[in-house]
Amino acid sequence: MEVAIKSIPVLMQGAGITLFITIVSICFGLILGLSAGLARLSKNRILSFFATCYIDFFRGTPLLVQLVLIYFGIPDILRDIQEGLVAAFGIDPFFNNIPTLAAVLIALSLNSGAYIGEIFRAGVQSIEKGQIEAARSLGMTYRQAMRHVILPQAFKRMIPPLGNEFITLLKDTALVSVIGFGELFHRGDLIVSRTFEAFAVYMEVALIYLIMTLTFSRFVDYLERRLKYGD
Amino acid sequence: MIEIKNLYKCFNELEVLRDINCRIASREVVVVIGPSGSGKSTFLRCINMLEKPSSGDVSINGVSLTDPKTNINEMRQEVGMVFQQFNLFPHKTVMENITLAPVRVRSLGNKQAEEVGMELLEKVGLSDKAYAYPQKLSGGQQQRAAIARALAMRPEIMLFDECTSALDPEMVGDVLTVMKDLAREGMTMVVVTHEMGFAREVGDRVIFMDEGMIVGEGTPEQIFNNPSHERTQAFLSKIL
Repeated sequence: MEVAIKSIPVLMQGAGITLFITIVSICFGLILGLSAGLARLSKNRILSFFATCYIDFFRGTPLLVQLVLIYFGIPDILRDIQEGLVAAFGIDPFFNNIPTLAAVLIALSLNSGAYIGEIFRAGVQSIEKGQIEAARSLGMTYRQAMRHVILPQAFKRMIPPLGNEFITLLKDTALVSVIGFGELFHRGDLIVSRTFEAFAVYMEVALIYLIMTLTFSRFVDYLERRLKYGD
Repeated sequence: MIEIKNLYKCFNELEVLRDINCRIASREVVVVIGPSGSGKSTFLRCINMLEKPSSGDVSINGVSLTDPKTNINEMRQEVGMVFQQFNLFPHKTVMENITLAPVRVRSLGNKQAEEVGMELLEKVGLSDKAYAYPQKLSGGQQQRAAIARALAMRPEIMLFDECTSALDPEMVGDVLTVMKDLAREGMTMVVVTHEMGFAREVGDRVIFMDEGMIVGEGTPEQIFNNPSHERTQAFLSKIL
């Protein structure tokens, strides 16, 4: 118990870091997801093909694998290429490793972007066909119809699944402890290996995650109620 | 004037329209009737290119809509459409529904667009609902709002796609009254409907469609009182 109380400040700091990487990754994920979702909906076959590949890969492989691939795998290849360049042109080596934080943010953003892409596509496709037909029949272009008619309605429908995605990502950040990034779970893990108080500390870590996820899901409920006009 | 030449439309294997030829004059009210699945709605939707013809041509005022060089968005500004399911934008008020396209497409000022909107809402009897959201309106009110929305673009032609079919019977009259007023003002109208009373009273010409073809055409008297084609006779005897 003493250990649990003593470790509160360290774990709270870790929770702050967890929240930080979640929020930053969701922001990048939103940009990636909107682009990927729009690309998938596009009539341009090539665009839609690449978006489908991206989404399939990052939804179809474990986040843990994506993480080690980005943190260990990509630098490995880059070092090989660098070796070749150094040998060929006699330049100085300039690359060694991806910073841990960068690898974490890249992996989480790419992963959440793929899920958000699908949320976005589903949101747009859930809007009745009559809406775009009405907009187009008034002479609006595809872009105008998307911007003023389809997207505002789709965004409203996307709020609950986006909230889910945020919560899932928040919990999945625990995985980044495998590359030694000091977020909430990693810090708890270190404390346990030092003190052997496995139950108390892991439970404490779990409760902190729970507080964060419950707070956030209440916030999403509130948002949903606020926006509940229209459909 | 609308001119339709050798219009065919297929959905995969299914031939929905077969060799449709038709001219609709300016200020004419043409009513299209026929059994369900006869291609009436597809025919109507080809006039503003919501469906792309598989072959043949549709032209409005001499401009071919199937010509890839034609700006379809510009053409559609002149052709209003009213749908069976109203298709009002649920996230916008009635007034915003009406002003959206004039402001975004015709670059009308907000204030001007609202004035036009108010005028049209008075015309369809909905001036007290200007700032309500569509779901607060009855079906008949929604449909009249949708008519006002289409009229706000000041179109030359109005297309009505079974616009009273989704309404409770007591709402139908209000919508038909608005349509009759429009016809009287000289709007060019193509109306797909099951309202035979409307066809008889307002139509300058009635087109009877069956299995993707125009099989009967004439004034309401000719079609309703002595239909020449036996398929038309059979259809009318069932519904009249």
